[in-house]
Amino acid sequence: MSTVTSSPQPLDPPITSELIAKHGLTPDEFERIKKILGRAPNFTELGIFSVMWSEHCSYKNSRKELKKFPTSGPNILVRAGEENAGVVDIGDGWAVAFKIESHNHPSAIEPFQGAATGVGGIIRDIFTMGARPEFLLNSLRFGPITGEGKNVTANRRLFTGVIAGIAHYGNCIGVPTIGGEIYFDESFEGNPLVNVFCLGVLQHEQLARGAARGVGNPVFYVGAETGRDGLAGAAFASRELTEESREDRPAVQVGDPFKEKLLLEACLELLATDAVAGIQDMGAAGLTCSTCETASRGGTGVEIDLAKVPKRETGMTPYETLLSESQERMLIIAHRGKEDVVRRIFDKWDVPCAEIGRVTDDGMMRVLNNGSIAAEIPAKPLADEAPLYSREARKPTTDYTDEDLLREISASSAKSVVESLRRLLRDPSIASKNWVYRQYDHMVRTGTVVRPGSDAAVFHLRAANKFLAATTDCNSLYCRLDPREGGRIAVAEAARNLTCSGAVPLAVTDNLNFGNPYKPENFWQLREAVEGLAEACRAFATPVIGGNVSLYNESPAGVVDPTPTVAMVGLIEREEWITTQFFKAAGDVVILLGDFGDEMGGTHFLKVIHGRKAGRPPRLDFERELALQKALRELIQAGQVQSAHDCSEGGLAVALAEACFHPAGLLGAEIDLSGAGGLRLDQILFNESQSRVVISTVPTSADGVMGLLKERGVPAQRLGRVGGDALAITVGEEKLRWPIREIFDDWFHSIGAIVRES
Amino acid sequence: MKVKVIVTPKETVLDPQGAAVREAMQHLGFTAARDVRIGRYLEIEVEGDAAAQEPKLRELCHDLLSNPVIEDYRLEMPNEKS
Repeated sequence: MSTVTSSPQPLDPPITSELIAKHGLTPDEFERIKKILGRAPNFTELGIFSVMWSEHCSYKNSRKELKKFPTSGPNILVRAGEENAGVVDIGDGWAVAFKIESHNHPSAIEPFQGAATGVGGIIRDIFTMGARPEFLLNSLRFGPITGEGKNVTANRRLFTGVIAGIAHYGNCIGVPTIGGEIYFDESFEGNPLVNVFCLGVLQHEQLARGAARGVGNPVFYVGAETGRDGLAGAAFASRELTEESREDRPAVQVGDPFKEKLLLEACLELLATDAVAGIQDMGAAGLTCSTCETASRGGTGVEIDLAKVPKRETGMTPYETLLSESQERMLIIAHRGKEDVVRRIFDKWDVPCAEIGRVTDDGMMRVLNNGSIAAEIPAKPLADEAPLYSREARKPTTDYTDEDLLREISASSAKSVVESLRRLLRDPSIASKNWVYRQYDHMVRTGTVVRPGSDAAVFHLRAANKFLAATTDCNSLYCRLDPREGGRIAVAEAARNLTCSGAVPLAVTDNLNFGNPYKPENFWQLREAVEGLAEACRAFATPVIGGNVSLYNESPAGVVDPTPTVAMVGLIEREEWITTQFFKAAGDVVILLGDFGDEMGGTHFLKVIHGRKAGRPPRLDFERELALQKALRELIQAGQVQSAHDCSEGGLAVALAEACFHPAGLLGAEIDLSGAGGLRLDQILFNESQSRVVISTVPTSADGVMGLLKERGVPAQRLGRVGGDALAITVGEEKLRWPIREIFDDWFHSIGAIVRES
Repeated sequence: MKVKVIVTPKETVLDPQGAAVREAMQHLGFTAARDVRIGRYLEIEVEGDAAAQEPKLRELCHDLLSNPVIEDYRLEMPNEKS
């Protein structure tokens, strides 16, 4: 059989060098394809190689870098790259599967459906593992939405469209969106970042694998019918967005969350039986990717017949059927003799189900169409042997000015700090995201314990009776100025956020958003950031269990600020350790863990107040950070901490203000920062030095807390007390005062007002 | 004069609403329903010479009344019948 060459389909165009280039394949890659096949590919096969060897599926430009991540640990059950998502043990026979994935390019073209199908895709990745999806997070970046002009209008359209799309899919399918982050910056104009995260829970023995095992086993296609939507979207996501991208518009897929809900329930019911040998979702590159990957993982071959694939449209060619990215579809390899079990369950849930092929022993991915062979490719080389590149890396000339920066900012800056804090709190990147998360059903299925708005979201996995904290973090500005330090800080901040919530960090999934890797400066950023993330993941003992790479994030306006988004999950052993960032009671003592700090480079203050994206971002000291987090967890576990909030964008002043904004009732604070001595006022309030957390404690515990911190070698400063109707900060002679209601309104209503204005 | 605009999902784009209605029809025994596509129909009263307004109307169809990424529109001027 394998000696038969695949026959060209009647309407196939001839294979020319233009056609090869149009498929994003280089002449060298084409030669490699010919070597693998022992002949020239036909049109369908060219399409298959094109998507499988795109950056989106093969990570050909990033895989060598990804190998630098630590990926193993005592509690890691499924490691990065083995399956659709990594799986981590959380004790008592339970485990969680989680992953983050980007849908940047589809969202740039059609924000609502692009974001919606992103959510649908990541949910499928999770239930493919046999896990029930429990909650979603998302990490988003848009161009500026404040001000006037065509670009601002376009940015608002993308912002509101993406939020509506996420809300639509998540709310309809009934999985709560409980947290995440949103930033606004010029560099994301025309190329927003939409990174969606999903976590699911399963018992160890429920773990499902995406391998085609058992020669002769039947291969089932389940889920929605295949249409021409999203044709070759993976290849699309592996190019820069240009003006012409608008003409690529048929690439947009439309999601159907109600269909996916049925698919989810049907798959989980089927996985609970012993009928399934392997399961794989059809995401990017659809039928092609799921077929050759399952065969490659199983060390087998797969033969499918396209005539049996349920189709929505008539006259679809093999090329179109194989490369379609229709949503809500899965490939299931059943055990022979269990066909009826599969049919009965999918029939019950009203989900289309068709036996389209079988597992073979010849290692080939063979695609039949009405009796003729449409494509025949060795599965393993196709899935796993894409060329790997190490691109040229060049350090860009930096615009460091360091200490000069402070001199450049006029001294009057220090005099207007009262207004500066208000402007920072109104800045959409810092302001409350309630306008966004009110659109999300963040309470459905009632597992959400700490709602959006605190350092990390906390969720009760009722089935397992476990409490998890989850967060996404990345400061793209730090990464632009120093990608290695930015990467280290992203991991440290995620761990700090989890620690503030009372959790012990478990593991990481990352989403690397960068520009075109063929540009040496972009590749240098990627390499530096990955190495920074890897160092930090080792330091915090949080292995990377999977993730996603999105390159070519560029628009005519330029490349995005490098954004290696870190999503981290932690476990809170006991319910009473759950801690939020908000002050709880008047009279409580406010303590700063860490030093007053002095680093101004890359701060939000410089960006928002002085329009400067410059300087050397703050340095991170792992030892210091680890000691701080360890001591904070110890204090939380001893019941000594009323609230804990980490200092990030906007520095200590913003952290203090946010701690005052308890959703159940605002509380002021009287703070004395005279101890910072010698520094300029704006520097004391807004520097972003790392490893700092603001906590509050009941008055009787304060001495004990200070004593323990001293013993543990963690610097700590007693700042003042909770209470009053203002945030009052004294620095020596200087007395600053912000009525709490006023700054709360600045912060809480900012984004809603901006969106309503338009 | 009355101008009509019909907006439909593009042929290659999935229409979940239409699919749901088709399935409901089949459940009710109308198994002949092979495909259902659901769009929008607008009637616009235009003052004066509608033909002169056609370029502006087309612009509105493209920028406001339809989402050209996933929808097609058909503008029917009063004197034409398709």
